[in-house]
This record gives sequence, structure tokens and C-alpha cells, in this order.
Amino acid sequence: MRWGLILGAILAGIAVLAALISFAWTPYDVTAMAIADKLQTPSASHPFGTDHFGRDILSMLMVGARTSIAVALVAVGIGMGLGVPLGLLAAANRGSWIDETVMRGNDLIFAFPSLVIAILITAVFGPSAVNAIIAIGIFNIPVFARVTRGGAMPLWTLDYIRAAEVAGKRRARISVEHILPNIANLLIVQGTIQFSLGILAEAGLSYVGLGAQPPTPSWGRMLAEAQTMVTIAPHVAVIPGLAIVLTVLGLNLLGDGLRDWLDPRLRVMR
Amino acid sequence: MLRYVARRLLILAISLIVASALIFSIVELVPGDPASFMLGTGARPETVAALRDQMGLDLPLPLRYAQWVGAILTGDFGTSFTYKTPIAGMILDRMQVSLPLALMALLLSTAIAFPIGILAASRRGGASDAAVMGATQLGIALPNFWFAMLLVLLFAVHLQWLPAGGFPGWSDPLAALRSLLLPAIALALPQAAILARVLRSALIETQGQDYIRTARAKGLTRGQTLRRHALRNALIPVLTIMGMQFSFLLAGAIIIENVFYLPGLGRLIFQAITQRDLIVVQSAVLVLVAAVIAVTFLVDLAYAAVDPRLRRR
Repeated sequence: MRWGLILGAILAGIAVLAALISFAWTPYDVTAMAIADKLQTPSASHPFGTDHFGRDILSMLMVGARTSIAVALVAVGIGMGLGVPLGLLAAANRGSWIDETVMRGNDLIFAFPSLVIAILITAVFGPSAVNAIIAIGIFNIPVFARVTRGGAMPLWTLDYIRAAEVAGKRRARISVEHILPNIANLLIVQGTIQFSLGILAEAGLSYVGLGAQPPTPSWGRMLAEAQTMVTIAPHVAVIPGLAIVLTVLGLNLLGDGLRDWLDPRLRVMR
Repeated sequence: MLRYVARRLLILAISLIVASALIFSIVELVPGDPASFMLGTGARPETVAALRDQMGLDLPLPLRYAQWVGAILTGDFGTSFTYKTPIAGMILDRMQVSLPLALMALLLSTAIAFPIGILAASRRGGASDAAVMGATQLGIALPNFWFAMLLVLLFAVHLQWLPAGGFPGWSDPLAALRSLLLPAIALALPQAAILARVLRSALIETQGQDYIRTARAKGLTRGQTLRRHALRNALIPVLTIMGMQFSFLLAGAIIIENVFYLPGLGRLIFQAITQRDLIVVQSAVLVLVAAVIAVTFLVDLAYAAVDPRLRRR
């Protein structure tokens, strides 16, 4: 499965690189319209063709990558920032009311269809990239809390952790100094998966007009705009979709690859 | 068994109360007050005051929540602000599209996932396993609305086998099913990919157990042990995912319904949002969330049916 890790890293790397390069340079200005050049099929001057306003699709994809990655990354940050401490807290106080409260709270968030609540939030507070981040981020919290708790629980029964406890070290310090480093692998893998889910979610929200607003290019909105033109210029719809699929696929392969690579036990099992 | 069901019922009730309170309070958080939000900035003060009065906004918050829930329990969801019709009827109408769509997608996803998940698990490490794993990896990465656009391009525009969008109503069941087929496929395929992977890994996990070795030792073939013993034990994680998927399919339909111009619950929510009809948004979201919570409850009961160990608790 080593090739999966490499392929994943390459695909995800291309998306990140495209986003980074777009800060300094894009082939064309993404806001510049050239109606005379509209709906061109891929050519040497426009490798991915142009859209209905004559904008260069490659340039838009590069800037759109920025939006997707930023939204998904910050959403993962929110999920980790709140979910990991909650998970550590629950594991450190396993069986107590704190644990029970955290876990039931998690179940409750899980019960909400994330997309519906994301739509509700953006509907009430207005569509914007920031609200999309919050909406996606909230649903990352229980995921990280659960993974953290699940990973931390068995560690609390280990001798060296018990020794630290007996020696009088506070549970909060044990959680940070001994538990956290031991579950870092799990968190990295889950982070990659949530990152890819975030990109999909952002694309969906932007597609229905609840994500990043014009003129900020976003992959989801490119697809929404392309929908009416799909019959006359299929490339306008196919190319942004491929960008999403390849990025998400890359991140998923990277996540799976990292899990196998970081956990030698799995290598034996397969 | 009775204690197990009682506990699940309690969780169901608490979830419903908390969820409805959350939905109710999110809408209360709109900038300004709900009445002026719905009417926009250009509204005359009298109109805002009239709507405030109609919505009962001058009453204290807990009382309004209690009234709202009380009315809903009797089937009264209030009146739509834009359409001036009872919301309960609107939701019921829309459910006739969304529910069959979600069920069709779930059925399709299960019908695809089970054979390929079982195939991959029984040929673990082989070529067909690698093919299934590769295909499902791709399926998970597909945004369903984009996949829907490609399906329309192929089956509606080029081949002209199926309609590209719209819904003719149930008076002609065959035409109705035909117009739901592409949306259902678009929803189902990415879900089938997830389900097949879960089934595969659950089967592989159970296959390492002692009772499977015993079954093999007493002379059953690999296929027989898989069907008679491993599959049943692998059902717990699979059921969990299927329950989550049903809620995802109901909610995920919001986007797909937009691609196909289907008059479903998702499209109702979406239209209500653009029209700032908060009363409809609130009710429709509540119905969706309640449906999801109810499905979770049913899945919990299904666990007990599949796993006798849970019944004794």
C-alpha cells in the first residue's frame, strides 16, 4: 500500500502547491472577463479552457484551491482545538459525569444531519466562507473528541501512566505530556480524513450558494455556474469536478497511507 | 431487552427535546429580530409589528418554545409567511418526493455495496479486492452533485433514456420512478462505496475469529462460513453506517434536489432560506432532524434484533 501514500501525497501536494502559487502568480487575472474568449475548449493558451465570461479556468482553479483548502483546514483546526481537549478530559475522567456529558453531547451533534445545520447556520448568519468554516468545524468537534477518547482510554491503564498518577502528577498534565503524544498518529490520520470531508462539504455549500461569495472563486460555485452550460461546454463542468475528486482522493489515500505507515501492526495484518 | 428499549426511548426523547430547542434558538439568533429579518430593511414598522404579533414575538422565549412544540405535537406547524398556506401540508407534499428518493438511494446503495463488499472480503488481497478498493476509494471522493451532472449529461442529454430533471407527480408511478432514478443513483453510489468498505473490513475482522475457524474445520466452505456466520456478525457496524447514511440521504437530497429541480423537502428548505421564510425553515429542519433521530433509534433496536447479547442487558 506504499504507492497509495505516494500517490496521495502527490495529488494533495499539487492542490496545496497550486493554492500557494496562486498567491504570487496565476496565468490570467481571475476577475478579468473576456467575453470574446468565452467557453473555449482547452488549448495551449488556456490549458483548461475558459468559462462563460471568458475567464481562464486554470487560474480560477488555482485561486479556488485556496478557498477550499483554507475552509477545510480551519474547520479541522476548530474540530481539533475543541474536540481533542474534550476527548482528553473525558478519558481522564472516564466513567464520571464529565465523560458521560461529553459523550452524550457528541451523540447529539452526530444526530444532526451536518449539511442541514450548515445550511441553517449560513441561512441565519448569511452566506460567507467564515460561516461555512464554522458550520463544517462544529461537526469536526465530536469526531475528534471521540477519536481522542477512544485512543486515550486504553493508555490510562498502562503502567507508566499509572506510575505518573501515583507519583502525584495531575491528570491534566499526564493528558498533555504522556497521552497526547501517543495518540498523535491517530489525530493526524483523522485530520487528513476530516480535511478531505471538509473540501467536499465546502464544495457542496458553495454549489448551493452558501459558501464563499463572488468574486472569490471556489470550486463548488464554478460547478454551479457551469451547470446550465454543461450541454454546450462540458469541460466547464468536468474540470472543476475533477479537481475536487483528485484532491479528495489524494487526501484519502494520504490518510490511509499514513495510518498504515505510522502503525506498523497494520502492516503485518494486511 | 425491556431495559434496553426503555433506555433507548429515554435517549430518543431527550435528543428530540434538545434538538428542537437548538433549532428554535438558532433562528432566534438572527441579526435583529426574526420579523424584521423576514421582511427586510425596507419594511414599514406597522408591517413588522403585525408580523411580530402573528409570530408571538412579544412573548417570553421559553413560553414561545413551549407553544411551538405544543402546536407541532398536534400537527400544527404554523403558516408559511411567503405562501400563506399551512406548513404541515407543504412538508407532507414534499415528503412524497424526498422519502421515496432517500429510500430508493438506500436500497440501491445496499444492493451495490453488499455483493462487492462480500466479494472483496472473500478474495482478500486478490485482484478483485484491489479493484473494489480502488473503485470505492474513487467513489468516496465523488461530490454527488457533480456526479449527478455527469449522469444527466450521459443519460439524459446524450442517450436520452431518462429525464434530466423535474417531477411529474405520483399519478403516473412509472414516470415518477423514472425521474427519481438518476438522483437516486447520484446519491447512492458514493454511499455504496463507503458501505462496501465498511462491510469488507467488518467481514475481514470477523473472519479472524475462532468460531469461523471452527466452522471451517467442521467442513464448511469459505463462502458458506462467510454467509452463515461472518456476515451476521459483521452486521453491527454495517447497520450503524446504514442508519447514518439514511439521514445523510435525506439531508443530502437538499443539494441533489437542486440539481434535478425536484420539489422535495430539501428544495423547500432552500427556497424558504432565500425567501427568508424562517417559520418554514425551522419546521422543515425540525422534521428532518426528527427523522434522523428516529432512524437512529430504529437502528439501535435493530442492533438488538441482530445481536442477542444486547437483548439481555
